[in-house]
Amino acid sequence: MQKVYTKIESIVGNVVTVRAAGVRNGDLAMVGKSFANVIKLDKDLVSLQVFAGAQGVSTTDPVKFLGREMQVSYSDALLGRVFSGSGVPMDGGPALTENMIDIGGPSVNPARRIVPKNMIRTGIPMIDVFNTLVESQKLPIFSVSGEPYNALLARIAMQAEVDVIILGGMGLKYDDFLFFRDTLEKSGAMSRTIMFIHTASDPTVECTLVPDMSLAVAERFALDGKKVLVLLTDMTNFCDAQKEMAITMEQVPSNRGYPGDLYSCLASRYEKAVDFEGAGSLTILGVTTMPGDDVTHPVPDNTGYITEGQYYLNGGHIEPFGSLSRLKQNVNKDTRSDHRALMDGMIKLYSSYKESLEKKSMGFSMSEWDEKLLKYGALFEARLMDLSVNIPLEEALDLGWKILAECFEPNETGLKSDLIKERWPK
Amino acid sequence: MSDKKGFVTGVNGNMVNVSFTGSVIKNEVGYIHVGRDRLKGEVIRINGDTASMQIYEMTNGIKVGDEVEFTGELLSVELGPGLLTQVYDGLQNPLPDLAQKCGFFLQKGVYLDPIPNKDWEFTPLVGVGDKVRRSDAVGSVPEGLFKHQIMVPFGLEGEWTVKSIVKKGVYNVRDTVCTIENEKGETRDLTMVFSWPVKRAVKCYKERLRPDETLITKIRCIDTFLPVAKGGTFCVPGPFGAGKTVLQHMEAKNAEVDIVIVAACGERAGEVVEVLKEFPELTDPKTGRSLMERTIIICNTSSMPVAAREASVYTAITMAEYYRQMGLDVLLLADSTSRWAQAMREMSGRLEEIPGEEAFPAYLESYIAAFYERAGKVRLRDGRVSSVTVGGTVSPAGGNFEEPVTQATLKVVGAFHGLSRERSDARKYPAIHPLESWSKYTGIVDMERVNKARSILIRSNEINQMMRVVGEEGTSSGDYIVYQKGELLDAVYLQQNSFDPIDAAVSPERQKYTFDVLYDILMSDFRIDDKREIRSFFNQVRQAFLDWNNTEWNSDAFSAQQKVLEDLYKGKASA
Repeated sequence: MQKVYTKIESIVGNVVTVRAAGVRNGDLAMVGKSFANVIKLDKDLVSLQVFAGAQGVSTTDPVKFLGREMQVSYSDALLGRVFSGSGVPMDGGPALTENMIDIGGPSVNPARRIVPKNMIRTGIPMIDVFNTLVESQKLPIFSVSGEPYNALLARIAMQAEVDVIILGGMGLKYDDFLFFRDTLEKSGAMSRTIMFIHTASDPTVECTLVPDMSLAVAERFALDGKKVLVLLTDMTNFCDAQKEMAITMEQVPSNRGYPGDLYSCLASRYEKAVDFEGAGSLTILGVTTMPGDDVTHPVPDNTGYITEGQYYLNGGHIEPFGSLSRLKQNVNKDTRSDHRALMDGMIKLYSSYKESLEKKSMGFSMSEWDEKLLKYGALFEARLMDLSVNIPLEEALDLGWKILAECFEPNETGLKSDLIKERWPK
Repeated sequence: MSDKKGFVTGVNGNMVNVSFTGSVIKNEVGYIHVGRDRLKGEVIRINGDTASMQIYEMTNGIKVGDEVEFTGELLSVELGPGLLTQVYDGLQNPLPDLAQKCGFFLQKGVYLDPIPNKDWEFTPLVGVGDKVRRSDAVGSVPEGLFKHQIMVPFGLEGEWTVKSIVKKGVYNVRDTVCTIENEKGETRDLTMVFSWPVKRAVKCYKERLRPDETLITKIRCIDTFLPVAKGGTFCVPGPFGAGKTVLQHMEAKNAEVDIVIVAACGERAGEVVEVLKEFPELTDPKTGRSLMERTIIICNTSSMPVAAREASVYTAITMAEYYRQMGLDVLLLADSTSRWAQAMREMSGRLEEIPGEEAFPAYLESYIAAFYERAGKVRLRDGRVSSVTVGGTVSPAGGNFEEPVTQATLKVVGAFHGLSRERSDARKYPAIHPLESWSKYTGIVDMERVNKARSILIRSNEINQMMRVVGEEGTSSGDYIVYQKGELLDAVYLQQNSFDPIDAAVSPERQKYTFDVLYDILMSDFRIDDKREIRSFFNQVRQAFLDWNNTEWNSDAFSAQQKVLEDLYKGKASA
């Protein structure tokens, strides 16, 4: 039997307290019409965080404890659907209540992890060739606000060779949500996509639930043998929501107002990325907008310590410098024999191009070599770095050789002679 | 075991308040009964009849009124044969065994025996009537490469007399092998296993010695320029992506010590997996056995419970001290101490303590100091000398070394290997900044020459700064040569290719030998005036030197390439 409490003791921020007995930490409750969960117990005083926000909650609203933790339904019926941060359908479809699973489950035993070994093809040369995405990798896109990071995510979602895509949107503008939905529907990828969306006008608490909901569902699909790609945008909003809640809870802030456990908060989500031996895998691609283009801001900084590399989105393309996929070594040895060497060689030349460009802007005279580099840089940016380029890895490698051949003599590239013999376009 | 009981009165994050009757010890371990689970925790504050406990698990599901059982014991680890090759979490739960029992996920409330239930061939080392003290060996068992000594537990004070000891033979690790008695007539049955509280340093030795012997890491820039000593301490701060973990793995592979303990504290699980899969495949050149046989891994990665992360560094150093008591040299690598400090910060916040800088607790410095002070070179009671060396990485927020954890660490360590983003961006590995870093220990090459080489590096750096303003044209050719010498030293000696089978680990003999040649080049007087010529000359020398680095030590190719190099530079040097 469920007891209903009708006297709320206090309402501060999104947290209400009631006096109740026998309540477990983390349990779910209904406060009025909104879900809430227990975040603190002190004798018989129970603190509840109201998902829909405490605005409009009356001291006489009924509080009902459900005796279970936050859960989400898991089945194939989720595919193609859109839900809010608390799991309520946003697409007019029926609510799903079957086969409920807990969110925020335990972490994977490190002894059961395996070394990742499969590449995820995206059709974007700056990823496939230069910073390969690997199954079970966790990788953020570091971006200044205003960059087309959502367009990039949508493209990856459409093109990535995976079985299930889960999009977790946090603090998303409603336009962006519509953009994702329309793009995925148009491309036909919607049938293998599940969305958990928190828009900027939704209650803050729901924002913090989005990653947990997305990852709980993703984990189950992965255990069932599916290759799952989770896209999270934007994790900075998630951190800001954590900050807002910590401050209203009167926690001591550590750095620029963020709570001291920001690192653990992010790690417990990102570390869900895993390759299950004998089953599927879970890959996380997140967006972290850097306030003021500052990579030392607590959010990108803590993220960088957790994730396995990062993509820098700058000026509308993925920067070759600063971007890093820590796991690319695991896979790019098996793709094509020239992959690694060509990748290193082209980046080195591109870095020389940047130097020449700087010299040019400072008014130094350009040598013949500088002119070659300038030509190379322009071609490289137009044909490979441009985000609209969509070609498979092999074609991108061939294109790389072609660009080199258009600009340089073979011995100027610094590539090994036997490789040049094999691959240099005739 | 005590039968003290208590009841939960409040839950806040991973802190639980418990009301109790009778006595409770600070830092005592207790279990909260949640349904059928028992969740482990530690008492960290006592106020009136309320004890605050930090719980080593997720606290979901705990409710007011849940029963708490106090054990009367401080947080301890079990010590005995079978620790080597193991992979533990921060509370000494064996992870592979846990995986067999629970599958993919870490289940809360499951605690397994840390010491494998195994039989060992026991050889007694004492006879009936012999006098023994704590840490004295009563027998030994062969554990992989080592004679694992079965010692009198470190907690037994005073002199004890051996009443009985078993004959040489095979016994279970938990069988009684020896009985001892003290003057008061108390007796103790000793098995091969005993426990020791992790937060108390083991001090059963005659004296502490000055760390004066270089610990060879086979990394040139460390052994020659920024050495570490056996029994010393060093720290490796660096921003993300600067290669802290790769550097530590290199040290774990190549360090010339008996035992390596890797404590992965709050870092990526994937990195631990690399060690787990790679180390069993690698052979220790010294012994020809798998590297894993000399390794223990403590792994409390970033997504595992925070309070256990705090315990994990203590678990690791206690095991290090245990093996030190057997006369062995142990290296403990902790990655990363910042995560440990953050765990303290989280707990301090829950206790509503007055925060210090960046909300770290005020006792941060003394805790860090106490941890590093557990390193040391000691003379044991029987005269043997052994050591625990501690190296910790620090992950400063924003890569800024001015933050509390880095600063507190720098106060207590003997060597500082600061990694720089500029060097790692330029792919100059190991990215240890040669000018900002320092070491108080003695290296393998005599200090005077190292200092001279370093002064060239400093001068070269200054000239480089200047050149950025005045350009190459405004620099004298003498200065330009010094600049090139500094660049050469950096390229051929400080940088090291950890992926090259030969260059990855350089023996001290080879380091001394190549340093002599390099030193000769640095001290030579080159009379070249044209800058283009200078540049091309140093390019050639660099290439020849790098090729030399890639030849096998003392092979024909080695001598041949040395000749190429010497012909090249001696031709240009003026007498």
